[in-house]
Amino acid sequence: MSGLILLNTASAGTLESSDCLVTVSPAEKLKLEYKGANSEIFAERTKAIVENVLKKYGLGGAEISIQDQGALEITIKARLETAVSRACKGAAGQ
Amino acid sequence: MEMVLNSLGRKVPLELSGAGSFSPYASPYAMLGRPGAFGGTRIQLRRPMPSRSKIVENIEKAVELSGLQNGMTISFHHHLRNGDAVMPMVLDVLEKMGFKGLTLAPSSIPDVHDCIADYIRSGLINRLYTSGVRGELGKLLSRGELEIPVVIRSHGGRARGIEEGSISIDVAFLAAPACDPLGNITGSTGPSACGSMGYAMTDARYARHVIAITDNLVDYPLNPRISIPQYLVDSIVCVESLGDPKKIATGAARITRNPVDLKIARDSFLLMKASGIVERGFSFQMGVGGASLAVAKYLAEYMREKGIRGSFGLGGVGGYLAGMLEEGLFDAVFDVQSFDSAVTKSIHEDPRHIEIDSSWYANPFNAGCLVNNLDCVILAALEVDCDFNVNVLTGHDGALRGASGGHQDTAAGAKLSIVAAPSFRGGVPSIKERVTTITTPGETVDAIVTERGICINPRREDLLGSALKAGLPVVDIEALKEEVEKLTGVPRPPEFDCDKIAAVVEYRDGTLIDTVYARKQ
Repeated sequence: MSGLILLNTASAGTLESSDCLVTVSPAEKLKLEYKGANSEIFAERTKAIVENVLKKYGLGGAEISIQDQGALEITIKARLETAVSRACKGAAGQ
Repeated sequence: MEMVLNSLGRKVPLELSGAGSFSPYASPYAMLGRPGAFGGTRIQLRRPMPSRSKIVENIEKAVELSGLQNGMTISFHHHLRNGDAVMPMVLDVLEKMGFKGLTLAPSSIPDVHDCIADYIRSGLINRLYTSGVRGELGKLLSRGELEIPVVIRSHGGRARGIEEGSISIDVAFLAAPACDPLGNITGSTGPSACGSMGYAMTDARYARHVIAITDNLVDYPLNPRISIPQYLVDSIVCVESLGDPKKIATGAARITRNPVDLKIARDSFLLMKASGIVERGFSFQMGVGGASLAVAKYLAEYMREKGIRGSFGLGGVGGYLAGMLEEGLFDAVFDVQSFDSAVTKSIHEDPRHIEIDSSWYANPFNAGCLVNNLDCVILAALEVDCDFNVNVLTGHDGALRGASGGHQDTAAGAKLSIVAAPSFRGGVPSIKERVTTITTPGETVDAIVTERGICINPRREDLLGSALKAGLPVVDIEALKEEVEKLTGVPRPPEFDCDKIAAVVEYRDGTLIDTVYARKQ
């Protein structure tokens, strides 16, 4: 999969414990806002997850906000991918 | 400042300006096994005129009579838990009276007492000795705002410190849930009843001056139970209330329904069973948190089914252990601190529920403390590491947010010490290469039980054999650490300002086991 285009702002996830709420909006460059109790100790880890997902979907940039409630890596990745795919919705319909 | 490496590879100071000189930790029993008695603190004699009432009109007057001076040491007990209003009440009076540079040496600091941070900033308090710190106070200390580092001691270590003289209490303020006009005190009755007054008993015995503060003055003589006798108490102040009864009189902690905690508790119990110690005469201590308390549920079921009667329960006593005593599953319960007021009735009415002072509980330097008789203790942890060291003091951001408590005392004393902890919490792994702060040495920890398997200390080959024979899910601690990190990722270790010591951590024998630096700003 490559060359997706973000059209909207979309989110995925919840603010439940062990989950995260990810919001994705179109942007030229990557702008990451990572919040939560673990944001300091997991800053590099989370940045790496985000960059990998963007790369996987061929996205050059996005404005991404993650409110982390203690989510595992796999949860963050899944929420982020879902948010990205929702933000791309409409692309197929046009 | 001269720093040396202790036997666990931690840098500790030999001397701290304002806090004294120290030896580095060597091994759990290095200071023990030396014959003969050595000097200790004596009871402080007084020469009052005979009197039929020690009541004075207010705290200010009582403080004046005590002869408290700038730079002296004051103590409080933490038996009223988060409902305590006495420490803030007294500190407020001392502040208004203009005192400076006091050493605050409470048995521990309840979570709610963030006001201490203000009194450090104002200069009222310039030294702190405690079992632990949390909340705003922990953050302030971790910024290095207190010039002289905090000295962290276990409950047994504090009793040792008081009895050997390294903590010298000038004035002890005792919140007294029931008190008569001559100062006989108990914690087991009254609107602010808290149960055992074990820590206060030690303070009262050795302080130069003792002020009781009560909201429940009873006719002389207080009866039938007296925890602290009148000959140790100098004056009494009557106040409206000792605090918030709802937070003092908490109900019995419920057994967790969290499936992860229940799995940990069940495997902890199965390990106890496999080790062969659960038999007639068995002795036991547990905490009240999550998995720890739930172990007692499985244990009680098994003892009931097999008709096993234990010798004693020790603690840190909560309603569940009191219930096991009532049911006859233990011959006696020794109680230094009641975790919830659900045990107040038991301690008041059941002679087998024995109130003990903190030295009897855990002082390694008396002729024999109770933790030494424990067969099994179930402990919690913030972090553990591959050497089985435990941290119960600092969080993963490196800030002070816990308490040493009886952790290192019971781990050293018990035949089987089990740390029951989830493998990760809030997305952060509990098993580290090296714990941020060592509070309990791995040499005294026999097993770490997680929901993903049981790690057995390689020093305990016998236990490993028993666990494998019983078919328990034993896992290598390094392998478990890697498994968890695959799920969570590897957190960045906290960064410290190694020029600024925020706290030193004593082992129970008074040697330094670790140093907590201020966090990097």
